[in-house]
Amino acid sequence: MEIGGINLVVLVASLMVAAVPILLAAIGELVVERSGVLNLGVEGMMIIGAIGGFIAAVTTGSPVLGFLGGALAGAALSAVFALLTLVFLANQVATGLALTLFGLGVSSLAGQGYNGIKPPHTGDVPLGPLADLPVLGPILFAHDWVVYFSIAMVAATWWVLKATRIGLVLRAVGESHEAAHALGYKVNRIRLLAILFGGAMAGMGGAYISLVRVPQWVDGITAGAGWIALAIVVFASWKPWRALIGAYLFGGISQLQLNLQAAGSVIPVEYLSMAPYLVTILVLVIMSSGRGRAGLNAPAALGQNFHASR
Amino acid sequence: MKRRNLLAGAAMGMALAMAGGAFAQGMDKVKACFIYVGPIGDGGWTFQHHQGTLAVQEAFGDKVETQYQESVPEGADAERVLTQMALGGCNIIFATSFGYMDQVNAIAAKFPDVKFEHATGFKRDSANVSTYNARFYEGRAVEGLIAGRMTKSNKIGYIASFPIPEVIMGINAYYLAAKKVNPDVEVTVVWAFTWFDPAKEADAAKALIDQGIDFIASHTDSTAPLAEAAKTNGAVLGFGQASDMAEYKPSPRVTSIIDNWGPYYIKRVGALLDGTYEQVDAWEGIAGGEVLIGEITEAVPAEVKAEAEAMRDAIAAGTFHPFTGPINKQDGSAWLAEGQTAPDGDLLGMGFYVEGVKGDIPQ
Repeated sequence: MEIGGINLVVLVASLMVAAVPILLAAIGELVVERSGVLNLGVEGMMIIGAIGGFIAAVTTGSPVLGFLGGALAGAALSAVFALLTLVFLANQVATGLALTLFGLGVSSLAGQGYNGIKPPHTGDVPLGPLADLPVLGPILFAHDWVVYFSIAMVAATWWVLKATRIGLVLRAVGESHEAAHALGYKVNRIRLLAILFGGAMAGMGGAYISLVRVPQWVDGITAGAGWIALAIVVFASWKPWRALIGAYLFGGISQLQLNLQAAGSVIPVEYLSMAPYLVTILVLVIMSSGRGRAGLNAPAALGQNFHASR
Repeated sequence: MKRRNLLAGAAMGMALAMAGGAFAQGMDKVKACFIYVGPIGDGGWTFQHHQGTLAVQEAFGDKVETQYQESVPEGADAERVLTQMALGGCNIIFATSFGYMDQVNAIAAKFPDVKFEHATGFKRDSANVSTYNARFYEGRAVEGLIAGRMTKSNKIGYIASFPIPEVIMGINAYYLAAKKVNPDVEVTVVWAFTWFDPAKEADAAKALIDQGIDFIASHTDSTAPLAEAAKTNGAVLGFGQASDMAEYKPSPRVTSIIDNWGPYYIKRVGALLDGTYEQVDAWEGIAGGEVLIGEITEAVPAEVKAEAEAMRDAIAAGTFHPFTGPINKQDGSAWLAEGQTAPDGDLLGMGFYVEGVKGDIPQ
């Protein structure tokens, strides 16, 4: 399984890990956008989750509580967004951007004194002899629990959106909040829950960076992962499984370009670095060329505030 | 707000009055100001500059007042901060990132009585602009020696940031020192195209480890490559960069290059105080105390440790230069003849790998 000096099994196994933060954040944002809310504060919620999770894990000594802390911190920040956009009807784009800047600042403040500390270790799930299987072992059975959790969340989100009443209501709110309101659904309450879910998922994604990927706290640790997650939602045309593919593609190509360099590839670095973005543009062009806007599948009420008095 | 303006005006007036004739015989009190490109909490580059600021404060006590601003983006914001500092009565301003170069020179022309010090730059348009840098390549040579002696796979790695002379110099020094003690050694370079992105730095380290590399040097700012190496339980070793990164002792961090700006800052502020200040283009290394080699841990065998320390001392004494001929360029053409040492000009403009390094430098 060696191609050009790169071990494919190792590559696939490491891209699955590399993609976890953006996958979690993208799934959260996907649900938020499906409910008709555009929250551009993913980066801010991720970094708040990264420091929140780090502090929780270091103080309690438990990585699981760390992830919980990260989710809570992300959800708390998203509650600010919900207050501003749902109650005070602030512009969603501006509020989301402000949320990112606010999150970066607050995380830096909260992180004072946490530099250079090692968080408790998150181990691989012990799956016994399964992990020793050739090829499949390292790819499928030698990861920490968050990797499995992220995939399970994709499946759960897909199922809920597609096959349950909750999913139908959520999509109705995102497509036409006026109609959903006329039918008696609490538009803002549903959106609030979606926003909190999105915040929690972004927070967990951030916590994965500070607790597993990098294991430490430094200012600005997420370094733009939230923006990639936002791009993946569009790339996935708001469909959960496509978000998984998108996240793995991004994670995979960023891993591959470093691996190719390490393996002494002749392809110039610059082409490899731009590859993920080129693929995104290509996919967007292909998708939107066929069936027009419907092909893109964007929720019709995306980015519009709702007030019952209208 | 008004009161602050008044105070600033008064301070400026005082500064101007003192500047009138006071420079020749020194000053009673100096206000030293610093602008940082990142947060102090980055654990690397900016953290070390801040240590220098603290050293100045401690060295001069009441005779100096320090002020700093963190996370100043390179560009127009820097110009605003520099202007504010100059108006606010700063006598000397240290701008601690390469990207402040044009702003420093623009503002310095408007405030001839304020001294400007620019880290890692090369433009000195007016008489009140000095530049300073450190010879980090000397530390790279010590790292290369340890890596060359200790590597089991004969493959050593380097996480590079941007293709600029500073970084290329580091790669070459690292490789030359390793090859000298281990002719079979190969260096693999991964370009991260960032100074600071912990996740990407960790990925780069992982890619190197996957390729069987067992020594990683990094030119990026965070401790992430060491954290990644730590996951291998001692199979892969590395070095602290910019800061000591002592939390990864005794392994994977076996030694470190520490940027020690304190002595330079103290020297410059001291010169301003006693009236001996002059424009300089400073480039000190191990000898000047600007580059420190962190403690070599017990993960390194005693004889290798002794050899590394001997090299460090020889560099400090000036008897050994990491770039001593014969050295050819990567394409085989001659660069340095037998016994010749590299002129500073060649190093500061270095755009080529030495013979034996594989791969191309991105353009």
